[in-house]
Amino acid sequence: MDEIKRQLTKASKATRQDRYGKWIAFICTFLIGLLVVSIFYLVASKGLATFFRGHISLWDFLTHQDWNPGQVSKNGVPSVGALPMIVGSFSVTVLSAILATPFAISMALFMTEIAPKRGQRFLQPVIELLVGIPSVVYGFVGLTIIVPVIRAIFGGTGFGILAGTLVLFVMVLPTITSMYVDSLRAVPRFYREAALALGATRWQSIYKVVLRASIPGLLTAIIFGMARAFGEALAVQMVIGNASLLPHNLISPASTLTSVLTTGIGNTVMGTLPNNALWSLALILLLMSLGFNLLVRLIGRQGRFTK
Amino acid sequence: MNAKIIDKIATAIISLLVGVVVLILVALIGYILFTGLPHVSWHFLTSPSQAFLSGGGIGDQLFNSFYLLILTLLISFPIALGAGIYLFEYAPKNWVTNTIRVAIEVLSSLPSVVVGLFGFLLFVVEFQLGFSILSGAIALTFFNLPLLTRSIETSLSSVPKLQREAGLALGFSRWQTVLGVIFPEALPGILTAIILSAGRIFGEAAALIYTAGQSAPVLNFANWNPFSPTSPLNFMRPAETLAVHIWKINSEGIMPDASAVSAGASAVLILAVLIFNVSARWLGNRIYRKVTASK
Repeated sequence: MDEIKRQLTKASKATRQDRYGKWIAFICTFLIGLLVVSIFYLVASKGLATFFRGHISLWDFLTHQDWNPGQVSKNGVPSVGALPMIVGSFSVTVLSAILATPFAISMALFMTEIAPKRGQRFLQPVIELLVGIPSVVYGFVGLTIIVPVIRAIFGGTGFGILAGTLVLFVMVLPTITSMYVDSLRAVPRFYREAALALGATRWQSIYKVVLRASIPGLLTAIIFGMARAFGEALAVQMVIGNASLLPHNLISPASTLTSVLTTGIGNTVMGTLPNNALWSLALILLLMSLGFNLLVRLIGRQGRFTK
Repeated sequence: MNAKIIDKIATAIISLLVGVVVLILVALIGYILFTGLPHVSWHFLTSPSQAFLSGGGIGDQLFNSFYLLILTLLISFPIALGAGIYLFEYAPKNWVTNTIRVAIEVLSSLPSVVVGLFGFLLFVVEFQLGFSILSGAIALTFFNLPLLTRSIETSLSSVPKLQREAGLALGFSRWQTVLGVIFPEALPGILTAIILSAGRIFGEAAALIYTAGQSAPVLNFANWNPFSPTSPLNFMRPAETLAVHIWKINSEGIMPDASAVSAGASAVLILAVLIFNVSARWLGNRIYRKVTASK
């Protein structure tokens, strides 16, 4: 009797398998979560050491202009002013996004409104190829074409924010385009039909209806593009000139947070102030990327199409 | 002005901008292939690189790139599959799941250089693995996990609900349904995702500079003992990949033919990524036809 009862009430093989499977799958997911937490924890603990152990005020770090962490400035504080890098990063990011947006809008409109079938077949591979080209290759092409051309036209070395912007422009273009295509597709069909039924031309229906309905999507797309531009390291590092000076024009050598990180981490000793200052830059990068994410969520919450 | 004329002008401007983008792409790829391919030869692809002399190849770097790619996929695919299955099948709708989803999204948008630096801090410095293939593969795994997880979840959830219900109706457990019914149906999508991520991994350099290192010790391709320092299979040796090599010789290379070598290496890199992309589509379609018996 007991034997039968035991056999009837115990979990079947399938159930046990299901439980194990669920646990394994959960552990995998948990690992990813843990990874994110530990990235933030480690980078923050290293990056904050500049301020807590190095006794450098956050305000000085963000606003001072001279970056030379190995040396002590006149007033006895190590010169760790990150302003040149912050300005550099923001200027290449914003400029490339401004430059890329009209192109991205045109690409997306062409694929969804003007020639949906042909445009899609032809431009989808174009976008995929642009995404697929590795960033070092962009950097190499920037170094061998864009920098000499800028040098020939404007003089100077050719390295600088302009070169960085042009390289990033091509890199963020596919990101913005493909995201914007998705949000244009999400605009309900009857919006367009209503506009056309009122006698609007195609451009009128695009400009007055479709574009306006998809503004949140466009903003999200641009922010994603900016996040990519902000975090891009090698392609920018190769063309920006790597001089940690406050850039006074678009063609003077400058630097970004990422470019200083890639060149600097290997040349400083772990645990020293110059090294910690670099980790503070990494922390800024991390926080900015988090900020871009929050912004996208905020916009996304506002701009959903509700049926 | 007449609305129709404005319509024509707007269409023309849009087409013009699209044309410019297409032109940029064509010029870009054309430039890389035309300047690069003449340097690509069997010798170039197989001989080791030179630090000071011209005539160096990219043999070791090419091998390192593929080796690192395979290791990374071996580590990241099981984890991504598990996470994808959990999020698709088991995850309850509560704040824990939500937090994890947000975390994955944040991870996917982190700059790769930060991921690389984290790998450097944790594995190279703390766990003392040194600049090694293993550290590099783990850093690339971090870089690859969020996107791969998301695309696996998308492929799983693009399988029609009926299939799932059919599986459950036959008395399968959820695990059996996922593995036996949904996974095969989603396989083409998953494979495409893997190959596309392979293209990304292959071209990634920022995450590798401080994890897999920037030096390529001489390899002896007759030595297949994984514990010997000159063996190509050794996990613990530093390994400069093709993408890192291009960056390195452009920023601090001193060999006389640096631009020729990097042009050739760029062409190889582009071709590899192109092959990954094309084969992803081809293989996806083919397997879908095989598995589902559709024409």
